[in-house]
Amino acid sequence: MKLVTAIVKPFKLDEVREALTSIGVEGLTVSEVKGFGRQKGHTEIYRGAEYEISFVPKVRIDVVVSDTLADQVVDAITKSARTGSIGDGKIFVSDVSKAVRIRTGDVDNDAL
Amino acid sequence: MNTHITPRRARVGRPLRGLNLSAERGLKLSAERGLNLSAALRGVGVTFAIIGVAVAAWAGLTAEALAAEKPKLDSGDTAWMLTATAIVLMMTLPGLALFYGGMVRKKNVLTMVMQVFATACIGTIVWFAVGYSIAFGADGAYWGGLSKAFLAGVGKENLTGTIPETVFMTFQMTFAIITPALIVGAFADRVKFSALVVFMTLWIIIVYAPITHWVWGGGGWILKLGALDFAGGTVVHINSGVAGLVAAIIIGKRVGYRKEDMSPHNLVLSLVGAALLWVGWFGFNAGSALSAGTGAGMAMAVTQIASASAALAWMFAEWLQRGKPTVLGIVSGAIAGLVAITPASGFVDPMGALFIGLIGGVVCYWASTSLKKMLGYDDALDVFGIHGVGGMVGAILTGVFAVKAIGGTAGALEGNGGQILTQIYSILGTIVWSGVMTAVLLLAIKVTIGLRVSDEEERDSLDLRLHGESVH
Repeated sequence: MKLVTAIVKPFKLDEVREALTSIGVEGLTVSEVKGFGRQKGHTEIYRGAEYEISFVPKVRIDVVVSDTLADQVVDAITKSARTGSIGDGKIFVSDVSKAVRIRTGDVDNDAL
Repeated sequence: MNTHITPRRARVGRPLRGLNLSAERGLKLSAERGLNLSAALRGVGVTFAIIGVAVAAWAGLTAEALAAEKPKLDSGDTAWMLTATAIVLMMTLPGLALFYGGMVRKKNVLTMVMQVFATACIGTIVWFAVGYSIAFGADGAYWGGLSKAFLAGVGKENLTGTIPETVFMTFQMTFAIITPALIVGAFADRVKFSALVVFMTLWIIIVYAPITHWVWGGGGWILKLGALDFAGGTVVHINSGVAGLVAAIIIGKRVGYRKEDMSPHNLVLSLVGAALLWVGWFGFNAGSALSAGTGAGMAMAVTQIASASAALAWMFAEWLQRGKPTVLGIVSGAIAGLVAITPASGFVDPMGALFIGLIGGVVCYWASTSLKKMLGYDDALDVFGIHGVGGMVGAILTGVFAVKAIGGTAGALEGNGGQILTQIYSILGTIVWSGVMTAVLLLAIKVTIGLRVSDEEERDSLDLRLHGESVH
């Protein structure tokens, strides 16, 4: 099993979800996060006081899939989340050693 | 029966009110008598009735002229002053609380609204106990004494001009509430609540009430100078602005000032608060006519014009200098314009108001951004930059733009250049008393119970540490 973690632009979330359900992904976890990469932050000015806001709001998607599906998932996210401009985000893939569905006790691929 | 009227009001409000009385009451009387006459003459014909109305109108006016000597309760004036009093309270609760509450960091928003709310309650009780008496008790150059302490002798039937003294006292109370509440913005995010309670109580007694007496009370020395302050440019704005500056310096900067992010957490709250302040300001300025007549009407018009012109002036100045017009900028400008027109609102015409707004907006923008940066003090929410500086600009410009036909005193543009010097003298008197006594009070509190929260409390959250609550 693989954990695919994607950091994407918030307004792209719905497109990513549609792309993933269309290739058979049955669940994922989303969180609102902040960070920075090549896309720098911005400046805010309040009565002359300037603040550099260096962290940009992003959405983080975590999805665990079987090894066979992992490449398709990465591909689907890459296509659906891309705008072509700086700040489109990143995708990380890592191994998952175990998964359990709490309600039934199913493990690994059965639990996904 | 108390019919004492403060000279300031007498000079400003009375002549206008006098005109209103004769015109409005004359019409009322003529209408009533006209009806009676026409009923009696129904059989004779409509023509006679019309003649009867004309005669009655003449008779009514004559009777009114004869009876005009002693002020009587005017229900129109009283209705307006009841309304004005309510909306001036609305300026503080919730106006100022929201205006300030939106500008602090989220961890301290409840502390801010708590400080404003508590100050309003303290102001009420202190004004009832001694403040009103010190300000409006007896005649005298420096204070009004304690003869009206706990509102002794302020009975239901007493009149101040044409309104009940109870209404006048409560109207003035709302000024004694907002003035100290304005100071809170200067030391936002770092003052101990116990220190605030002690400071506000003593400040109203020692600073606010005496200065009110000087400017508006019977025999006050600034009043006798001939200085013009219609609705509180010196009493409310220069006073709170200077006290705020002194407090910001003595209490010291916020931990992390200029290093950490201290941006406002919710400017919609600030916009709502500023809008409530703007609406309430009609009670503040037009209410200071103490009557519902031509003086109040002109005060309302100039207030609206100055506020809008200052808002635009600040917005354009910021847009030119920083590249973007901001929400905080335009609402701050509106408040700056309201401050600047306050002393002038009974003395200038709409053209004067336009210029007072434009100049007030730009100068307050400069004071709240460049001047503050240059001098390095941490006046967190720009109480000095807007109320102190705006009050001074307004006080001086009142001496420039005053129109004799409106408030009875000519300004520099009408050839009375000396009025500017009188205005400056009144400004200096206010700065010295407010500055020195605020410093004395704060230093006394500092060596006794302490002024500031600990650095650890300040870094954490005053809402949690001081009040045991959080906003969400």
